Amino acid sequence: MTRKQRRLVLIGAAGTTLALAAALVLTAFQQTIVFFNTPSELATQDLSPQQRIRLGGIVAEGSVVRGRGTEVSFAVTDQIATVDVVYEGILPDLFREGQGVVTEGILDTEGVFMADTVLAKHDENYMPKEVADALKEQGLWQHGKLESSQQ
Amino acid sequence: MIPETGHYALIIALVLAVIQGSLPLYGVRRNDVAIMRTGITAAFGQLLFVALAFGLLTTAYIQSDFSVQNVYENSHSAKPLLYKITGVWGNHEGSLVLWVLILALFGGLVAIYGNNLPERFRATVLAVQAWVSIAFLLFIIKTSNPFLRLDPAPGEGRDLNPLLQDVGLALHPPLLYAGYVGFSISFSFAVAALIQGRLDAAWARWVRPWTLAAWAFLTMGIAIGSYWAYYELGWGGWWFWDPVENASFMPWLLGTALLHSAIVMEKRDALKIWTVLLAILTFSLSLLGTFLVRSGVLTSVHAFAVDPERGLYILVILVLFTGGSLALFALRANQLKAGGVFAPISREGALVFNNLLLTASCGVVFVGTLYPLALEAVTGEKISVGAPFFNATFGPLMVPLLLALPFGPFLAWKRADLAGTAERLYAVMGISFATFLLIVWLRDGAPVLAAFGLALGIWLIGGAITELAFRVKLFKVDLSESVRRFINLPRASYGTALGHSGVGVMVLGVVAVMSFEQEKILAMQPGDTADIAGYTVKFDGVRPYVGDNYRDIVGHFVISRNGRIIAEVDPAKRVYIASGMPTTEAGITTVFPSQVYVSLGDPLDAGGFSVNLYHKPLVILIWLGALIMTIGAVVSLTDRRLRVGAPKRAAPRGAAMPAPAE
Repeated sequence: MTRKQRRLVLIGAAGTTLALAAALVLTAFQQTIVFFNTPSELATQDLSPQQRIRLGGIVAEGSVVRGRGTEVSFAVTDQIATVDVVYEGILPDLFREGQGVVTEGILDTEGVFMADTVLAKHDENYMPKEVADALKEQGLWQHGKLESSQQ
Repeated sequence: MIPETGHYALIIALVLAVIQGSLPLYGVRRNDVAIMRTGITAAFGQLLFVALAFGLLTTAYIQSDFSVQNVYENSHSAKPLLYKITGVWGNHEGSLVLWVLILALFGGLVAIYGNNLPERFRATVLAVQAWVSIAFLLFIIKTSNPFLRLDPAPGEGRDLNPLLQDVGLALHPPLLYAGYVGFSISFSFAVAALIQGRLDAAWARWVRPWTLAAWAFLTMGIAIGSYWAYYELGWGGWWFWDPVENASFMPWLLGTALLHSAIVMEKRDALKIWTVLLAILTFSLSLLGTFLVRSGVLTSVHAFAVDPERGLYILVILVLFTGGSLALFALRANQLKAGGVFAPISREGALVFNNLLLTASCGVVFVGTLYPLALEAVTGEKISVGAPFFNATFGPLMVPLLLALPFGPFLAWKRADLAGTAERLYAVMGISFATFLLIVWLRDGAPVLAAFGLALGIWLIGGAITELAFRVKLFKVDLSESVRRFINLPRASYGTALGHSGVGVMVLGVVAVMSFEQEKILAMQPGDTADIAGYTVKFDGVRPYVGDNYRDIVGHFVISRNGRIIAEVDPAKRVYIASGMPTTEAGITTVFPSQVYVSLGDPLDAGGFSVNLYHKPLVILIWLGALIMTIGAVVSLTDRRLRVGAPKRAAPRGAAMPAPAE
């Protein structure tokens, strides 16, 4: 093999790896990306059945019901719209009524959000960034504890 | 007085860093050795004053001096001493002081062990190292001074984030930082080489031990972080593909590539330009990690500071260092002479393959981590890229790498015989294939991918053992001769075998947990029992407990198998008194190498508690694998050919790298 051929093999291998990686990334993006919505955005969304989304907002006061077995239901609101959420499992430590929350799952045909993940931030100033931004856009949330604790 | 002295110490350290960053270069220009050597003194001085600042901050924490704002915000007088000390770096300002301390420590080590570096080169390296120090010391003094006072001093502190009140905080950040910052040495060496326009095999010989040490620290830092999250968060997950995790994983991937390409450069004088680029990129990714974690663009336990000014400052540091070094690279790279040639099937070829796949996998992690941030910045659309993305991209790139890995150490330099190598691995191939069939057969309907993954783990471990066996001519010569050969093997050979089998051990753990984990979410009343994976878990009820600075509701569970009690665990719901923050303390019992994991949930309206039970098959192997890899790196470091400070070859070239078998 000449020096040139060897170099070509090298470039070919690099190109192939790069193409493979790019192809993997593009396919995975189409299949695995999950969009974030607030309850009012969710009302206007045209979701395909079984499409996974993230739903974020504030846990409505007095909405948490720990009833049958390990199933928990609560409502997520952005003060404009409210969506009922059903979740099976243990809620994160910082899950509280009146606090922000991000859930991930599927909206069923009845308009109930079947969550399989409820996200917690490891911080007492629990307000997920997405939720804070979305609420700020709607003028419903001014920086509260988040900022004052960082002075 | 203590905080003020600390503040002054930081400023003096900055001044010394400025001297270290400029005078030696002037010396190089004037060709004056005495001026060049000022860098050494300055490096020691800088280390001394940064250590002083760090020590004084620690003192303020131990004394619970709440007149210092940083102590007030992150400590509490009732906190156990260990957490008072570790709390020093459990916040933004303190963690940066630790960052700079480790940076100064590495700088001091280069000054000590750099005696066999050419004088001009050492001066340049120390100067570049000082630039990094200057940037971060300025950052601390300008935006993140940990010594600010409060007047009047509050009577009691606000306590450390409870999740951080764990022995993990004593280990995870210092190790991780030692890894991140350790790569600054490779970076400084790379930039110094580019400035001087001189790059040869000796360069790789100097850089390798530092890279190896940094890599070992980073490996352990990530592994401990992973185990910490696993037991502390109460979800039983060991890796979430969370952006902060990826931030540390990206430099690890490139650092691994750098470790391997530097071998090619040292032994064969090839891949020089590529190796220098990797050294620059690895440290750039460490800086990117610092930026992602410290700037507040991500929300996580690691993001202490939600302050745009700080974020902007780190971004500037990142852009300056990455952009500057890449520009220098672009200017100088074509002046560097290309190295030796090699056939595609050769040790070099195998290491190139390793580098391509590691770089590509780092690339997909990079895209997956930063794409959501970029998209939000550009379009305002919020998306999340989670585990499914990384499993679909990172996984397929790892498979060919791991399949090929056992071949690598067998291949000869320059030109190798693939068929002959395969022949040596026939036995391991057979064992791996048998493992595959056995798992599919035993676990009727077991996912083929899982069986494949476990076989892959066996293949890696077996490959590493086989390589050693061939080196010592096991069964070819007398056993005593083999033992003698084994003892005389260079330490680096053990290191390679340990490192590679560690990967195999980890693969076994990862695949087993991903494929065969069992989880049950239950509503349990005291007295209830539940079965999981052959274990019976009995819930005895709960009791209150009051600790130093927290209150617990402790559940009591008895775990038995076949009627025999194996363990009793006490998972708890904990509330920290000072902050009112709740946490979950998981109850874990290890039946090596698997674990039963019990997490106590909320009380239910109908009475009883919700309880999460997990069986985690082979889960210990995940961290054990990382530990084995780290031990491999440490063993390699003790190799006299690689020893820090003694990079000169003890033996002539031919004998230095034992030929891959015969």
